[in-house]
Amino acid sequence: MSRSLVRPLLVALALLGLPLASSLLAQEGVRIGLTYTAGTRPGLYVLPMRGAHADSIRAILVRDLDFGDRISVIAPDSGTPPTGPLNYALYGRLGAAAVLQVVQQVNGAVSITLHEVGASRVLQEKTYPITADPDTPAWRMAIHRISDDIEEWVTGVRGIAATRIMFNRGGTLWMVDSDGANVQRVPGVGSGLHPAWHPNGRIIAHTEFADDGSHVVVRDLAEGTARRVSFALGANFTPTFSPDGKTLVFSSGVDGTDLWAVRLEGGEGPVRVTVGRGSENASPSYSPDGRRIAFVSGRLGRPEIYITDSDGANPQWLTTTGFGDQSYRSDPSWAPDGRHVAFQTQIEGRFQIAIINLRDRSVKQLTIEGANEQPSWAPDARHLVFTSNRSGSRQLWVLDSESGRMRQLTHGVLARMGAWSPRLVVP
Amino acid sequence: MNARLPMLAALAATVLVVSACPAPTPPPPPEPVVNQDSIDAAARARAEQERLAAEAEARRRAEAEAEARRRAEAEAAARRAAEALAAARAAFAQAIYYDYDKSDLKPEARATLDAKLPLLRANANVRIRIAGHTDERGSDAYNIALGQRRAAAAKRYLVDQGIAADRIDVVSFGEDRPAAMGSDESAWSRNRRAEFEIIVGGETLRLP
Repeated sequence: MSRSLVRPLLVALALLGLPLASSLLAQEGVRIGLTYTAGTRPGLYVLPMRGAHADSIRAILVRDLDFGDRISVIAPDSGTPPTGPLNYALYGRLGAAAVLQVVQQVNGAVSITLHEVGASRVLQEKTYPITADPDTPAWRMAIHRISDDIEEWVTGVRGIAATRIMFNRGGTLWMVDSDGANVQRVPGVGSGLHPAWHPNGRIIAHTEFADDGSHVVVRDLAEGTARRVSFALGANFTPTFSPDGKTLVFSSGVDGTDLWAVRLEGGEGPVRVTVGRGSENASPSYSPDGRRIAFVSGRLGRPEIYITDSDGANPQWLTTTGFGDQSYRSDPSWAPDGRHVAFQTQIEGRFQIAIINLRDRSVKQLTIEGANEQPSWAPDARHLVFTSNRSGSRQLWVLDSESGRMRQLTHGVLARMGAWSPRLVVP
Repeated sequence: MNARLPMLAALAATVLVVSACPAPTPPPPPEPVVNQDSIDAAARARAEQERLAAEAEARRRAEAEAEARRRAEAEAAARRAAEALAAARAAFAQAIYYDYDKSDLKPEARATLDAKLPLLRANANVRIRIAGHTDERGSDAYNIALGQRRAAAAKRYLVDQGIAADRIDVVSFGEDRPAAMGSDESAWSRNRRAEFEIIVGGETLRLP
């Protein structure tokens, strides 16, 4: 983070007298503001590269950086890698603020050199020893981590390429890499709905249908172990982990459902979070500081989004703003930066994705085509995965809440209930 | 044995005559002797045997037919009983239906629930499971809660009519197990339902 392209860029813009840059410079740590503004995505020229798997590596990096929506990628399809010192002025004229040089070593390691065009110097150099076999999921994930480093060096904000999205397909759970590759079943899961990631990225929780009702299961992906944590028969569903990973909150009940909190490392028994008095209370989502929980409740009749302190105090109706033709709002997802809650709201009989700004309660509708549901934030608090039927069947799509850009993530058999993982440090 | 004596006497007489002749000639080969009595006796014995065999066969056939009739009657009775049980089970399994986003019981639903009471009262050992379902509209997650409340409303009604609460389990599958496919009101209305299943005592059901 110490050596990032953004600050020099801001200095340059400030020298040109641009008020935006000056104001951003005045506030340390608000550098991402630059990339939020249209037209200021830094250009990155990706040089041709050589190596046994050069084409795969370059394709993954280019796609990741493009999907990150913070960088304008300039990546000519062909050419030979340049030799000797770079002609920085040339790349500057091509619109590049930075130039990326990638070399695959004989032993499989990948060396990155990031050049800063404005300063005509090398900004970052790093070699990644990659032990996984080429083109395996672990290998792809190692390349995704390089993408995330590059995005951080260029923009000051770490990318989200090294993440996965877990989802429901055919009654069980599947995973897909953030770029849509490597679609695989989650091993060991029978019935699986409402997947949720532990902050460590190794443990998940999900709902499981059985003949005697639904249960909440916590599953260790690395160990392959699983245990039921729901403590009563009835409906047990929509689990979510607290940001410190120590508590699981889910909806449970027989006649009406309430949120309950269970300590994962033992200790006190289940603690009731909501007092719904026979109404539905479900789909909890923690604030990033762990102190509050957004959830859906039918306590006033129609489903609406509420926020409560995580101990159950001070429940408040969040989505009071009147918009849309019906009051049916559900499936809240609290952004990892704490600023927004995404949810689905019914407009003209169909669900659309919206986000509400927690500071001023302003609501922004993000989708309009088809029916769109089940938003889940990426760890960058900017992208969302959601379920849409716009392609003819329900599939997962990814949305950039800043630019509105969308891409289809899954294809084929119906997919829904996407849950975006934290940044993954394990293969 | 007595039948042989005249034959021996004749033989002896022949020997005496021959020995008295001056020029002995080889005696002619004896004529084959056919005893009609013994043939008749054998035929009678065979006929008697065949008659007995036929009688036995007829008896066996009659017994088999009787047995088949008995079995058919038993099977028919069992089938009628099974059909009656199946009909009772099917009547018991009759689903009830709800309005959109609602869990309160409509008059038709109450009537359907009332019809289940005699069977529940006649079979105190029977345990049942009520499964709540929703249509595909609404949130997947919220629909599990809604299905649960629908099943719970049905249970509450049965308990209010005197059925012990611990005989009734309630579960919800939300919108995940539709009874009808399709995205129109005709499919939705059939999917907003509670289903009833006997989970204990279904094999030894007594009809009310």
